[in-house]
Amino acid sequence: MEQPDTGEITSTTSSASSEKRQSLVSGSNLNRAQPTDENARTMIDVNHVNFYYGDVQALFDVSLSVPEKSVMALIGPSGCGKSTFLRTLNRMNDIIEGTRLEGSIRLEDQDIYAPAIDVVALRSRVGMVFQKSTPFPKSIFDNIAFGPRIAGTTSRKKLKDIVEVSLKQAALWDEVKDRLNDSAMALSGGQQQRLCIARTLATNPEVILMDEPASALDPASTARIEDLIFELRKQYTIVIVTHNMQQAARVSQYTAFFYQGRLIEVGQTQELFTNPSEKQTEDYITGRFG
Amino acid sequence: MNQTPSEFDSRLSTRHRNSKLFELFCLTAVLTSLIILAVLLLSVIYKSWGWVDLDFLRNHHSRKPEDAGINAAFWGSFWLIILTALFSIPIGVGAALYLEEYARKNKFTTFIQVNLANLAGVPSIVYGILGLTVFVRMFDMFRAEEDTVLTISLFVTQLSIPLPFGTTLISGALTLSLLILPVVIISSQESLRSVPPSLRHASLALGATEWQTVRSQVLPAAIPGIATGVILSLSRAIGETAPLLMVGAASFITFTPGGIEGIGDVIANPASLLEVPFSKYTCMPMQIYNWVKFAKIEFQEYVASAGIVILLGVLLLMNATAVYIRMRFQNKIQW
Ligand SMILES: Nc1ncnc2c1ncn2[C@@H]1O[C@H](COP(=O)(O)OP(=O)(O)O)[C@@H](O)[C@H]1O
Ligand SMILES: [Mg+2]
Repeated sequence: MEQPDTGEITSTTSSASSEKRQSLVSGSNLNRAQPTDENARTMIDVNHVNFYYGDVQALFDVSLSVPEKSVMALIGPSGCGKSTFLRTLNRMNDIIEGTRLEGSIRLEDQDIYAPAIDVVALRSRVGMVFQKSTPFPKSIFDNIAFGPRIAGTTSRKKLKDIVEVSLKQAALWDEVKDRLNDSAMALSGGQQQRLCIARTLATNPEVILMDEPASALDPASTARIEDLIFELRKQYTIVIVTHNMQQAARVSQYTAFFYQGRLIEVGQTQELFTNPSEKQTEDYITGRFG
Repeated sequence: MNQTPSEFDSRLSTRHRNSKLFELFCLTAVLTSLIILAVLLLSVIYKSWGWVDLDFLRNHHSRKPEDAGINAAFWGSFWLIILTALFSIPIGVGAALYLEEYARKNKFTTFIQVNLANLAGVPSIVYGILGLTVFVRMFDMFRAEEDTVLTISLFVTQLSIPLPFGTTLISGALTLSLLILPVVIISSQESLRSVPPSLRHASLALGATEWQTVRSQVLPAAIPGIATGVILSLSRAIGETAPLLMVGAASFITFTPGGIEGIGDVIANPASLLEVPFSKYTCMPMQIYNWVKFAKIEFQEYVASAGIVILLGVLLLMNATAVYIRMRFQNKIQW
């Protein structure tokens, strides 16, 4: 894995205070998430990313990498840029007018911001589950089949198979198998969120991004989502934003702590929670702010 | 809160009184408009009593009041609305989609937006003058005495397009389309805007293109609102007289466009459909206007009222359709 050289950081964060710069340098260099397994490949590699909403900078020189088939949790106080960062990974920020990104983000060995990249293709490789469940006002079947259909699958038989497999993967099949033609709007909140996960799985992605997927759910539904993430990480690379520290500890192998648009610290979850190397991280996880 | 309870109580009664007064005011407003409407309707229905019958629907205009009917005008209005819908729906919805879903917000789109609102307020007679220049006369590009006709062969038959269009249905329909386009665009934009952005995001995040998102998610969700706006605009168009006066809906016509008086005629001779847009025509509001101008009191009073009843009937039917569509889809789609 390539280590960023510190000279570049100094130039891109000239506006930051020297103290912040110091912590950032150590954060991005020393605590980069290292694969536990020597053979695990890097799935996402983020290098020196600055992100702007118009003139307002929301991310400051963020560098990290996510190993394949693992879960990385993004934590930090609200407004610190977690969602913004997550959306840079599938270029959902492109939709917002006046946004701009500097630096590079690689998915496997492709720079996803290279001019030749087709965002449509990128988004079917990098799926996303939103905070508020967003079922389409259609049947359960049509919700799941939407992704494969727009990608060109027309065979009813194939679609049926995909719907069944995806719903089983999302642990929703048993609850809905007898009412696939009912409206998805009639499902409970937790079921709707699992439907959205199933819908994402149906496009056969490699990476799944989740933005506080359980924050609007009751504890029982939350537990089911967490179990699901635990299962999915065997097959998929997952990046999940959460404001719930216990959740981060339960589902993720790696955790990244963001504060005011900066990546303060990233490392193995256990390590970061028991022995954070930054004061700000410690303050946050012990509940002193945020 | 340093008032004594009694002070508070006295204020309370004033507040209640004001509230009651306002309610009374609103009620009066509603009742006034209802009463005016009722008087209007009742007087029209009273005067037309005995005059609205099948013969009235079947006959063309005649000099004898008891033989006069609204047939030609009814079919003229029918085709005007069909053609206006054909022109204004694709253009109006397309423009709304472009402005809402594709266009970036910049000075140019703001300029368009402001002017759409302005155009919606332009008096209809102005559209009539525009239609006269552009469609009826086509800037006098063609010499009238030469009778330029553009002929296009279509399978076994041919389409003959007179140039300029002259005072034909297509000129009227194009003029009415211009008239209602601003409202169609604005109301379509509003229904598109009411589709939650999260729906678009979810679709795009699944790897859908903009077009797939629009077609499979946004449009289906917005169609009830769009349809309502379109129908209400069309029912405004069907009652318009001023612009059609300019683009020459004829006063007294005793034939229907293409000779069509029902689906049977179309089946018997489908090619007659091709004649429709280039046919001379009259329409219901024009016919009523002309009847009212007649010297004979029967025309002024009874025949005109009968025409109004038919026109109102058609309007009511269209508005009821709009309400039905809105109610029906409101139950189907909830966010
Ligand atoms: N669409 C947007 N336009 C402008 N600024 C935004 C937008 N979304 C987020 N921001 C700003 O970017 C910063 C980070 O926001 P966000 O990524 O949503 O934080 P988090 O998810 O950690 O709560 C905030 O200051 C927020 O105000
Ligand atoms: Mg957020």
